[in-house]
Order: sequence, then C-alpha cells, then structure tokens
Amino acid sequence: MPLILKLAFRNLIHDRLRFIATLIGIVVSIVLVTVQLGLYLGFERMVTTMIDHASADLWIVPQGTKCFEDPSLLDARKQFRARAVDGVAETAAVVLGFADWRMPGGSITPVFVVGSDLRSRGLLPWNLVEGDVEALATPNAIAVDRSYFRTLGITGLDASAEIRRQRVRVVAATNGIRSFTMTPYVFMSIDRARAYIGISPDEATYILVRLAPGADPRAVRRQLLANMSDVEVLTSSEFRGRSRSFWLFGTGAGAALLGGALLGLTVGTVIVALTLYSNTKEHLIEFATSRAMGSSSRYIHKVIICQALISAAIGFCIAKVIDDAIVTMTASSPLPIIITSNLTVSLFVLTILMCIASATAAIMKVTRIDPVIVFAR
Amino acid sequence: MSDPVIEAIDVAKVLGHGPAEVHALKGISLAIKGGELALLMGPSGSGKTTLLSILGCMLTPTSGTVRVRGRSTEGATPEDLARLRRDNVGFVFQTYHLFPTLNATDNVRLALDLREEHVKGAVARAKDALARVGLSHKMRSYPRELSSGEQQRVAIARAIVADASVILADEPTAALDGENGRAIMTILSTVARDTARGVLVVTHDPRLLPFADRIVHLEDGRIVREEHTATHAQSRAQAAEQSE
Repeated sequence: MPLILKLAFRNLIHDRLRFIATLIGIVVSIVLVTVQLGLYLGFERMVTTMIDHASADLWIVPQGTKCFEDPSLLDARKQFRARAVDGVAETAAVVLGFADWRMPGGSITPVFVVGSDLRSRGLLPWNLVEGDVEALATPNAIAVDRSYFRTLGITGLDASAEIRRQRVRVVAATNGIRSFTMTPYVFMSIDRARAYIGISPDEATYILVRLAPGADPRAVRRQLLANMSDVEVLTSSEFRGRSRSFWLFGTGAGAALLGGALLGLTVGTVIVALTLYSNTKEHLIEFATSRAMGSSSRYIHKVIICQALISAAIGFCIAKVIDDAIVTMTASSPLPIIITSNLTVSLFVLTILMCIASATAAIMKVTRIDPVIVFAR
Repeated sequence: MSDPVIEAIDVAKVLGHGPAEVHALKGISLAIKGGELALLMGPSGSGKTTLLSILGCMLTPTSGTVRVRGRSTEGATPEDLARLRRDNVGFVFQTYHLFPTLNATDNVRLALDLREEHVKGAVARAKDALARVGLSHKMRSYPRELSSGEQQRVAIARAIVADASVILADEPTAALDGENGRAIMTILSTVARDTARGVLVVTHDPRLLPFADRIVHLEDGRIVREEHTATHAQSRAQAAEQSE
C-alpha cells in the first residue's frame, strides 16, 4: 500500500470515535440528500406518469393549461378539425375531473376520473393485474388500482360503489398507478366520465394526437394552431416539462425537496470539515515534522485529501446500503423514493466533492504550519 | 575532513517586533564539514535552537548567508527550502517526533516517500537504515512499543536513510539515560565518519564531549569559543568502546 494512503488511513483510525463521528456525518448527509433527491425523482415521475403512458405525439390542451390535472375544458369537436390536418393519423379525446366516490358503507371520498375513448386508445389503464380494458366498455364499468381498494371501501373485482350517485362496478384492477395527490385515479369510458363529472358530450379536457409515420411534428403543430383558437399544442415532452414545473416549482414542493438536499449537504460538509480539522490539529506536530523533513506542501495536502477520500468512500458505501433499504421500504408507498444509476453516480461524486471541500479548512491549517515548532515540543 | 556541507556566514536573526524584539543571533559564522561531528553548546536562550533552525533551512536569517553544499539559500521560497532540507538535511529531535500511527520501518520509509522514492526499494533502504542503528528486530514495532533509546535510534535511521549531507540533532540524548545517550552518540559519530556527511549536535550534556571533533560555545547570540579536539578519532574510539 502506498505510504501516503497508509498514513492517511492510520491517522483516521487512530481516534476511532472521531472517525465514527466523521462517518456518521457523511452517512447522515448522503442519506438525507439521497432521500430528498429520490423523493424529487419519484415525485417528478409520478407527476408525469399519465402523460408518459398516454398514446400521444401531440396534446391539444386548453389555453393556459398548467399541468395534467388542470380541470379546464375545450371543445371536443376540435378533434374533427384536427383529423383534417395533414400528418395527423388519429385523435382521441380525454376527459379528466374530480368526483365524489360513495363507498358501499355510505362514506364519501374524492376520486380523479380519467375517461378515454376506448376504441382510439387515448389514455387507458396499464399494468392490469385483474380484468381487461375491453371490459370497460360494459355499462358502469371502471378500473382502479388495487392499492386503493381499502381507500375506496371495496374488496376487488365486481365490487360496486357510486360516483355522483350513479352506480359503478370494478371490472379491472391495475398495479402501481398511484397519484401523488392521494386521490385515486378511476379509469372508465369517456361517456361515463362526462356523466360522472357532469360535463356535456361536446366537452373534453385534452385531445390526443397521433401522427402519421414520417409526419413533421412542428409542421403539424403549426397547422393545428392555424386551424384552432383558444388552445395550445404541446409535444408530450413539453407537457411533461410544464406539469413538472408546476408541481415541483409552482407549488414549492420541488424547492422544498431540493432545499432539504442542500441542507443535508451543508450539514455533512460541516461535520466532515470539523472532524477533519480536529484530526489535522491533533496530528499537527506530525505534519510539522514532515515539513521539517522537507515534505512539500503538496505531499501534506495529499495526506489530508486521502483522509477525506477514504472517509468519503467508506461513508458512501454505508449510506448506499441504507438508501437501498429505504428504496425497498418505500417502493409501494404513494410517493416512492427512486434512485437511478445516474443519481447513484452523481451522489458518489457529490460525496467526494463534499469531503474534499471539507478538507479545505484542514489544508489551510497545515499550509500555515511553521516547521520550527518541532524544536519547541 | 572535506568541504563544508553547511555553513552560516555572518548570520544575524531578530525575533519579534517592537518592545518584544530579541536579537537571537548576532553575526554568527559557522561551517560544518563532511566527516565532522560538532557540538553546539551554550546556556538556555543563547541562540542554539535558532541557529539550528537557520542551518536547517527552516528559518531565514535577518541578515547573512546560509549555504547548503555551496548553494546559498538567499531568496529561496518556502518550497525551495523544503526541497533543500529534503535533499540535504536529516533531523534528530529531542522528543523524536516519530509518527505514532506508523511502525519503525514506515517511519524511516517516510523520509524516502517525501523524496518520491516509493515501495520496494524504499522498504529495503528503510530496513537497512534500521539495521545500521541496531534495530533489525524492531522493524515492525510501533513507537509506543519502543523504549526511548530505540525511538531515538529510529529517528536517527530516518535522518540518515536518504543520505543527507548533514545531520542536525537537537538535544538527542536529553531524554535518555547515560547508556542510551552513549549508544546514540556512538551511532551519530559513526555517521560522521563518512567524509560526505557532517553532524551538528546541540547539547547541554558534558558527557557528549568525548564524541566531538569540535565544540562550539554560544552565548548571547555569539560564538564565544571554539575548541578543536585534535584527538577526536581516539576519543570517539574510546567512547565507542565504553558504550560497548
């Protein structure tokens, strides 16, 4: 093992209690940052999950729509004008809105109704674990996620309840289609959705547009906008961005999560900086001896940086184990923590940078060291 | 004896400012030659440590010149001075200043690591240096497992492993009993047999006189007397015999 690495490691473990404090600082910080960023990613994904699963190249949305859940309406007959545009292969109207769900026992809970034209595959439930989409064509048929059975007061397929005092029957169950608002999604045909929300047959929330093979989305969009008023035409990517921007930053939720991550990073940096500084102070006479022996400043800085890197590597590994456990525990929660491989790599780099930044105070301390002190002690 | 390995020419050093100003050295000229073991003696506050620090390129003189193997240190940056120390000077301290987290071999190897001499060759040289100070059996021992005399021997091995031109020792026997003190001085006088290497020892201890080729007396920042012991070789031999 290179001596510089050995010296750094031995300096660290010389005072085990302080080393443990350093590791706790790093682990707490990285776990906190990971949870915040993991929640951010989870939130980001949930906010756009409906857009991600809709079969659309372009979205015709009411002017000023802020996010997917925006209850504004447009004239559903615009889809006929949309179909006349060159490059448009198919259109599908989608209806969204809140409604009251009355459980068999009589209590009421809000639900988010998602109605789509079953023939044109607009926005249909996915991840079906019981029943099938075709069954939604039967009278009063709905599909809900099985994780909401208890919330909705039902036990499974064929269970009945009421929406807007009209009977509904569960014909399909999905897995993992959860809403970050805690309001269950209820999928159904577009006609039933209009009835439950209480809007006219000429109204819709969005019109989904599928392009013909080879069609230029920008040209189609220009043409759609030229043919219609009071609407916007967005690509799926733009709509995702708008929804994320609204929920994450318009509501302050994202800023809170990022703020929490920043706080975690700050706490970690301060703890590691303090422990590295006190470690350096304790070994000051050794650093002065090195300097007296002719060590370059660079050599001494390398020892301290190595200490920081060793702490970072060990701390990160412990934090990773804890993070993986948290991910497993929250996987089926309303807001799962998502850690992607990119996030893992970024967090490792962040840990390294945090520890190196923490070493700055210690490096400044040894930079000012006067080797003459070796004669005084 | 050969040319000076290190020399101070008319060196003065003022420490502190204003009312606290102290003229620690007042025009000192001293040269240590290869193959020479010199003792620097004097009462406390006479400037011995200040002179040692200046000769060791840790402190820059207020006026005068220091030359290490003929090269002046004037205008040298702290990094230049560190390089000069690394390449030419070995230190032995009163309280050893070994690294408590490293074993004897690694403590010695550190002097080579600073010179970017890494791993295998460095380990062999460190072990050889420890063997030269009689510590072949303690190579893996940590400082806390060594006696005071053994720790000082490790410190000497560390000072000589990189073939420094001059060894500067600050009260190397002050913390040792008579027997260990003689053993340490025997090792240092053996080091000084090499005509390419000089040894300067700061001491209060009169028991070290027989080991010296020259004794320099310092008082109030000035050299007040120098004694050349013509029979140094004989004295050294006798001292070595006594220690055995």
